[in-house]
Amino acid sequence: MINKTVKDAEEATADIKSNAVLMLGGFGLCGIPENSIKALLKKDISGLTCISNNAGVDDFGIGLMLQKKMVKKMISSYVGENAEFERQLLSGELEVELIPQGTLAERTRAGGAGIPAFFTPAGVGTEVAEGKEMREFDGKLYILESWLKADFSLVKAWKGDTAGNLIYKGTARNFNPMMAAAGAITIAEVEELVPAGELDPNQIHTPGIYVQRIFQGKDYEKRIEKRTVRE
Amino acid sequence: MLSKIQIAQRIAKEIKNGQYINLGIGIPTLVANYIPDDLDVVLQSENGLLGIGPFPTEDNVDADLINAGKQTISMVDGSVLFSSAESFGMIRGGHVHLTILGAMEVSENGDIANWKIPGKMVKGMGGAMDLVASAENIIVAMQHCSKDGKSKLLKNCSLPITGINCVKKIVTDLAYLKVLPEGGFKLVERAPGVSVEEIRSKTEGRLVVEGDIPEMDL
Repeated sequence: MINKTVKDAEEATADIKSNAVLMLGGFGLCGIPENSIKALLKKDISGLTCISNNAGVDDFGIGLMLQKKMVKKMISSYVGENAEFERQLLSGELEVELIPQGTLAERTRAGGAGIPAFFTPAGVGTEVAEGKEMREFDGKLYILESWLKADFSLVKAWKGDTAGNLIYKGTARNFNPMMAAAGAITIAEVEELVPAGELDPNQIHTPGIYVQRIFQGKDYEKRIEKRTVRE
Repeated sequence: MLSKIQIAQRIAKEIKNGQYINLGIGIPTLVANYIPDDLDVVLQSENGLLGIGPFPTEDNVDADLINAGKQTISMVDGSVLFSSAESFGMIRGGHVHLTILGAMEVSENGDIANWKIPGKMVKGMGGAMDLVASAENIIVAMQHCSKDGKSKLLKNCSLPITGINCVKKIVTDLAYLKVLPEGGFKLVERAPGVSVEEIRSKTEGRLVVEGDIPEMDL
């Protein structure tokens, strides 16, 4: 079996350079590639385009990359929890493309699956549809949306093996599987890295073919945005 | 006038046995607390879960298990987890029967505006545009008027649109209304103690009143 293992996040992200297009998995702070983001923060790079459902919070996740002014453009569906983001957006330092969440998920899936474009009803009659091709199917209007791909996809899984196969936990799966497939180089970090053969092939979510590099993550903070408990 | 909890209680009465339901943030989330015990329904969270359970106990908080509002949650028996692509596939594919969400404005032809206010920081539409473009039944929970007293039930939305011709029912603090296929808000029920005249005066869009309008039974 092909061994995809690299030593750590620094080695995995060593060739990510300025102006790269990145995809980063996660929904809110759930399932984000914490180790890879920390490694990027140590690098002297800028002008990144980041495709991610959200933009982290001020002091965690992509929010830290914004603080360091590493990001030129965000492509996201919701960016509401980040004051530095707002400041950079209003001052014109940061470019933002907002995409309906399902369209973002499907454009990413399409990128990994070799589908250049597809029609979706999301956004018909709204500013999202402006300038886009429309077509009617069975009496309803749809918008043509194109695939998204990345130079590097940074994903996070619960368990992985040396062949790059991944298993996610809970709602930390979210955008990670589609992003894994849509990256020219996909870097997976996992909470538990095991030898090939130890994961049950029936239970694997992301086949290792999509993963170029995998490493054992460390010091996971797994921060909770809104801790809500039963009274 | 209805409290937020009473709006949620009235909407809960619209839920039918066997439905898969997506609840938005705010009042819609409260609806989960008032679904009758004898109904078997499944709550969908668009970040990848069918089978949202109650908030967890302190000991069972799991950072890897959140709802679309980023709150920690639990799962009921029979739950299933999936990716965001699968999640919106089931939404666009019409498999989620009912979507309940908040709104800033609804027009008399069922357009909804709930994602953007010009001049204010735009946070994004999240999954709202996908949800309203696809659900066969959309119920809006909102206040009848804005904080400065302006009607939110309009002839045409003034704010940027989230989706067109999609809202079927609206429950506000004053009334339960249906959006007519030919356009117009049909008044179905009044909140206790609220007159038809008050509802009429606070509805800018075309209000259709036929016969006696009963008070809500909460």
